[in-house]
Amino acid sequence: MSNATTTGRAPSVYVPSAEALSTVLAPGARPPRPNALSASLTFGWRALLKIKHVPEQLFDVTAFPIIMVLMFTYLFGGALADSPRDYLQFFLPGIMVTSVVMITMYTGIGLNTDIEKGVFDRFRTLSIWRPAPLVGMIFGDVLRYVLAAVVILCVGLVLGFRPDGGLPGVLAGIGLLVVFSFAFSWVWTFFGLVLRSEKSVMGVSMMVLFPLTFLSNVFVDPATMPGWLQAFVKVNPITQLVASVRAVMSGTSDPSATMWTLLWSAGFVVVFGTLTMYRYNRR
Amino acid sequence: MKRTTGPAIEAEGLTRSFGDTRALAGIDLRVPAGTVYGLLGPNGAGKTTAVRVLATLLRPDGGRARVFGHDVVTEADAVRARMSLTGQYASVDEDLTGLENLMLLARLLGHRKPAARERAEGMLAAFGLTDAADRQVKKYSGGMRRRIDIAASILNTPDLLFLDEPTTGLDPRSRNQVWEIVRAVVAHGTTVLLTTQYLDEADQLAGRIAVVDHGRVIAEGTPGELKSSVGSGSIHLRLRDPGQRPEAERLLQAALGVPVQLEPDPVALTARVGGAGSDLDASAQAARALGDLAHAGIVVDDFSLGQPSLDEVFLALTDHPAVTSDERDDELEAAR
Repeated sequence: MSNATTTGRAPSVYVPSAEALSTVLAPGARPPRPNALSASLTFGWRALLKIKHVPEQLFDVTAFPIIMVLMFTYLFGGALADSPRDYLQFFLPGIMVTSVVMITMYTGIGLNTDIEKGVFDRFRTLSIWRPAPLVGMIFGDVLRYVLAAVVILCVGLVLGFRPDGGLPGVLAGIGLLVVFSFAFSWVWTFFGLVLRSEKSVMGVSMMVLFPLTFLSNVFVDPATMPGWLQAFVKVNPITQLVASVRAVMSGTSDPSATMWTLLWSAGFVVVFGTLTMYRYNRR
Repeated sequence: MKRTTGPAIEAEGLTRSFGDTRALAGIDLRVPAGTVYGLLGPNGAGKTTAVRVLATLLRPDGGRARVFGHDVVTEADAVRARMSLTGQYASVDEDLTGLENLMLLARLLGHRKPAARERAEGMLAAFGLTDAADRQVKKYSGGMRRRIDIAASILNTPDLLFLDEPTTGLDPRSRNQVWEIVRAVVAHGTTVLLTTQYLDEADQLAGRIAVVDHGRVIAEGTPGELKSSVGSGSIHLRLRDPGQRPEAERLLQAALGVPVQLEPDPVALTARVGGAGSDLDASAQAARALGDLAHAGIVVDDFSLGQPSLDEVFLALTDHPAVTSDERDDELEAAR
């Protein structure tokens, strides 16, 4: 074998040309500043491009929910209901909520990484609607939430979940879930800005998410719990969300739970959206 | 488009602390429009913090600054519309391709999709990146990276461009390319504020230089004025016999009239030449000093006459060498 390794084609050396540069610098009319929606959608496009270039990041919205459904259906199904199949009828809307709400924490981790790399400095010096980079980022995440919900639904259908609400009920359920998750993501943008590292964001997320999802009506009927726990479960927004999703998927409705879900969603956007933007502008 | 005739930047008494670290201790600046202005100083002197305050990324604790007459705190959006920043760290998205990055920014500036694409492609061509248009930026070389950073910064044809250490870590060829780009941008009428740790870079590009130390401007002027106060050059000598160094030191001191620095290398000496104190220019002073050494029988194996290093500038201005710390780490640390 010859050791005359080719070092590739000699790269042509770039020589900056004042002429070429002055053409691109020619002032021309500056376009008007984009409106809030179009700036946010452009950042949503960025999120899609990132998924295109790093498709592995979809692993947590596909594999993780499948594992959750299979694990809990067969772990608890026999003990809590007559059969895994009966349990699934009760459990699927809840595990769908749990998985998607858990996935919202990646919003904070993603933001923290982005800021660490410095690209947000560029975004923050642009003359655009200030929350656009964050709103656009969450738009991209909403796509992941929908994907995770659909994956879970499909697994459920295969295992024997039969929603009485039919297609409209299922769509309404996923819609409620996505609205809540969009709102809940603002909690993580705040922590993503405040905390020092990706790891600490992850730690805080877990500390919030585990009690929130497990101390709810997702896995078992709260009537079996001690009174003090029932009190927490009752005010837990996840309980309200699960109750309303369960209702619409089974073809009925739970107006009180739905109202509380929407109130909690509005509250998260107002409180954590404001805190997030305060931190974002102050840094 | 309206070009203001007043100064591009006016800053008075800017202060900013991060925890216990005083990054800016009262910076005053006046940058005339249409020129390159250099902020010269070691890591941790406050250059990056100053740029981040002027670029509306950080609020100052005290003092005020205007960019083209707009206050950087109260009229931040008007400032943002006229400037852009190329930071020391990646200022484009590494996961995206070069074309996608520029299209993203063009759209955020308000261009519609076809116009954004055209603008992005034109920019890539002007920066010699057409072949790399569809490659992710994380696969670019250091020089290409810097070029896409700068291309992203001039998409909006800014009136003021901040370049934070644009050539740190680049090989000499890429550094020359960046210099050429800066010259072209300025020739076009853009004001450039450049931070650097290298005196020769500031000398090559800047019309005026402010030397920054511990969050303060300690000297300001044209490169010529600055050099005449510091000495326009420095002479480095390596002797054959380390035993002759004390004698050489004495002779140099006598010939040049300035303190001679003994290097850690036992045969090496450095001295400033061409300072204000002498009526001879740097090369003539150096020639005389070498003649004196030869006369005394001291063998000089190697000598060079060059620009003073940042350390030497600092020694001359502050009597202490340039102290380095990582400013951005301090800032990230304290910002949380």
